[in-house]
Amino acid sequence: MRGAGSAAAPAALVLLTAVTLAGFAASLLVGPAGLGLGESLRALVAGGPPGDAVTLIMREVRLPRALLGLMIGAGLGLAGAALQGFLRNPLAEPGLIGTSAAAALGAVIALQTGLAALHPAALPALALAGAAVSVGLILGLAGPRGGAFALILAGIAVSALAGALTALVLNLSPNPFAAAEIVFWTMGSLADRSWLHVALAAPMILAGGAVLTAQARALDALTLGEDAAAALGVNLPRLRLVLVLATAAVVGGATAVAGAIGFVGLVVPHLLRGIAGGRPGALLPLAALGGAALLLFADVAVRLIAPDRDLKLGVLTALLGAPFFLHLIWRMRGGRA
Amino acid sequence: MALVVTALAPKAAADAAGGAPGPAAPGAVPGRVVSLNLCTDQIAMLIAAPGQLVAVSYLAADPRASAMAAEARAYRLTRGRAEEVFLMRPDLVLAGTFTTPATVDLLRRLGLRVETFPPVDGLAEIGAQIRAIGAAMGRAEAAEALAEGVEAGLAALSAAVRDGAVRPRAALYAANGWTGGEASLSGEILAAAGFANAAAEAGLEGGGFLPLELLIRLAPDLVIPSARYPGASRAEELLSHPALGRLPLSPVATDADWVCGTPAVLRALAGLIAVRDSLGAAPADGTAGAAPVPPAPGLAPGLAPG
Repeated sequence: MRGAGSAAAPAALVLLTAVTLAGFAASLLVGPAGLGLGESLRALVAGGPPGDAVTLIMREVRLPRALLGLMIGAGLGLAGAALQGFLRNPLAEPGLIGTSAAAALGAVIALQTGLAALHPAALPALALAGAAVSVGLILGLAGPRGGAFALILAGIAVSALAGALTALVLNLSPNPFAAAEIVFWTMGSLADRSWLHVALAAPMILAGGAVLTAQARALDALTLGEDAAAALGVNLPRLRLVLVLATAAVVGGATAVAGAIGFVGLVVPHLLRGIAGGRPGALLPLAALGGAALLLFADVAVRLIAPDRDLKLGVLTALLGAPFFLHLIWRMRGGRA
Repeated sequence: MALVVTALAPKAAADAAGGAPGPAAPGAVPGRVVSLNLCTDQIAMLIAAPGQLVAVSYLAADPRASAMAAEARAYRLTRGRAEEVFLMRPDLVLAGTFTTPATVDLLRRLGLRVETFPPVDGLAEIGAQIRAIGAAMGRAEAAEALAEGVEAGLAALSAAVRDGAVRPRAALYAANGWTGGEASLSGEILAAAGFANAAAEAGLEGGGFLPLELLIRLAPDLVIPSARYPGASRAEELLSHPALGRLPLSPVATDADWVCGTPAVLRALAGLIAVRDSLGAAPADGTAGAAPVPPAPGLAPGLAPG
C-alpha cells in the first residue's frame, strides 16, 4: 500500500507540473481584452514597440497576476500540508484555523495606519506578524495533541475576532472605498495586482516555502509518534517554532497582496494524500503543485464566470472546499462512532 | 463674463425674495431649511436668504467631495439622522432621491416637508435643478440669477472649445476602474471640452467598470484619473498600477468640482479645456491637427468662484 503510493509520487509530480503549467498559460491568455494567442505570446516574449498596448497588458497586467496565482497557490497548499503533518490532523488549514484572517488584519492595519505608505515592507511584515500570532495562539490553545474539534473551535474564535477587527479598522478608515473592501480581505482576489505586489509577496512566500519543504524528513519521522521522532533526532520545540514562522511567512505574504483565500490548503492535501502514501514529507511538493494549479485555474474561472465583476477567488475555493470539509468531519465522526 | 461672476458670488445677488421668518404657514417661504445631500447643500448655500439655511450635510464640509467646503463650515453640519434633523425643527428638508429612504420616510411621518431631488446627469439639467431647489426654498429670483449665470458660463466656455476634425479620445478612470459614460455629468463635461469618450468604444456608453486591460487596449489619448482620498483602499490602489503610469495621464483629475451640478462644473470644464488645448496641437494619432483657434482670453481666471 505504502510502496504503491510512493511509486505513484514521481508520476504524480510530472502530471501536476504539467497541470500547473497549463494553469499558468491559461492565466496569461484569458482576460477581458480578448487578445489573440499569437499576438499575446509574441508580445510577452519578444515585446513590441514602446507603449504597445498588447505588450503592456501581457507584461504589466497578466504576468504579475499569473505569477502571484502560482506562488500563492503553491504556498497555501504547502502550508496546509505542513500544518496537517505536524498536527496530524487533516482539518488544520491556514484559512480554517484563522491564520489568513489574522494576516488580513495585520495587512489592513499596515495600510490604514499609513505604515505601508511609510515603507512598503510594512504591509507584508504586519501580515506576517498577524499570522504568526494566530498560529502561535492556535498551537497553544489546541496543542499538538489537541483534538480536531479543539483546533476548529480555536480557529473559529481567532477568525471571528480577526474578521471583526478587520471590519472595524476598515469602517473607521477616512477612505470611503475601504469599508466596501471587507469582502476582498475575507474572500481574496488577484484582480489588478501588479509587479509591486509580486515584489512584496515573493520574498516571504519563497523563503517560507523553502523552510517548510525542508521539514519533510522531520514531518515523516513525526508520523511514528513524538517519542520515536525525538529518538530519530527531531527537535520538537524547534520544529514547532520553525513551522509557526514559516507558515506565517507564507500566509502573511500571500494574504497581504491577495486577501484571505480559504480552503486551498485543505482540499489539495486531502486529494493528494493517497498518492503520497500517507507520508507528509512526500506530500509537501505535491501539495505545492496542486495548490498552484488549483488557484491558477480558479483565477481563470473567476475571469470567465463574471468578466467585469471581480468575483472573489475565495468564493470558488470555498464552493470547492466546503464540501470536502463536511466530508472530512463526517468521516471523523464515523471513525469515532 | 459678468453673468458668470455674479452667479458665483451669490451673497451679492438680489435678496428680494427672502421670507420673513415666523410661524410657518403652509405654502409660505420656509424660514428654516436643512439640506441632507451634498449637491442640494451647495445649491442651497448659493441661493439661501441670510439665516434661512440651518444645516448642511457633513459631506459639504469635506474638500474631497465638496466644491464649497470652506463655505459649508459656516453652517451646522449634520449626519442626516432623523432624530438630529427633527430636533432642528426645519420647515423644509432638502434631500437627494438616493438619501436613505428610511430617513426620508421617518421625517415625513414626523410631519416635516421633505423635497427630494434626483442627481444631475447632464450639463443642460443644471439650470433646471437650481430653479427647482429655488422654488422649493422660496428663492426663485436668486435661483434664476444663479441658473442664468451657469448657463451663460457654459455657453461661453463651449464657444471657446476648439472643435477640430479629430476629437482626442479621453477616458475617465476612477476608483475600482469606474468610468463615466457619455450620459453622465462627468461624461458631458468631457464631451463639452471637445473630447471623444473612449469608454463608449468599449460599449460603456452609460458608464461602468472598465477593466485595466481594456483601458490599455483602447489606448486613449488622455486618461483622466480621479482625485485620491486619504487612507488606503484597494479601489484607489488601481490608480497607482504601474501599467496606468505608462498611459498619457491628465494633469487634472476629477475632483469635487465634477461631482454635482453646481457652478463648480464651470471650473472643472475650464480646467479640462485647458488640457485639451495643450494636447490639441498634436493629436496622438497624428492623422489631423485641430485648427489653431486661440482660447477665449480671460475666461478661465474669471471663473474662480468667490
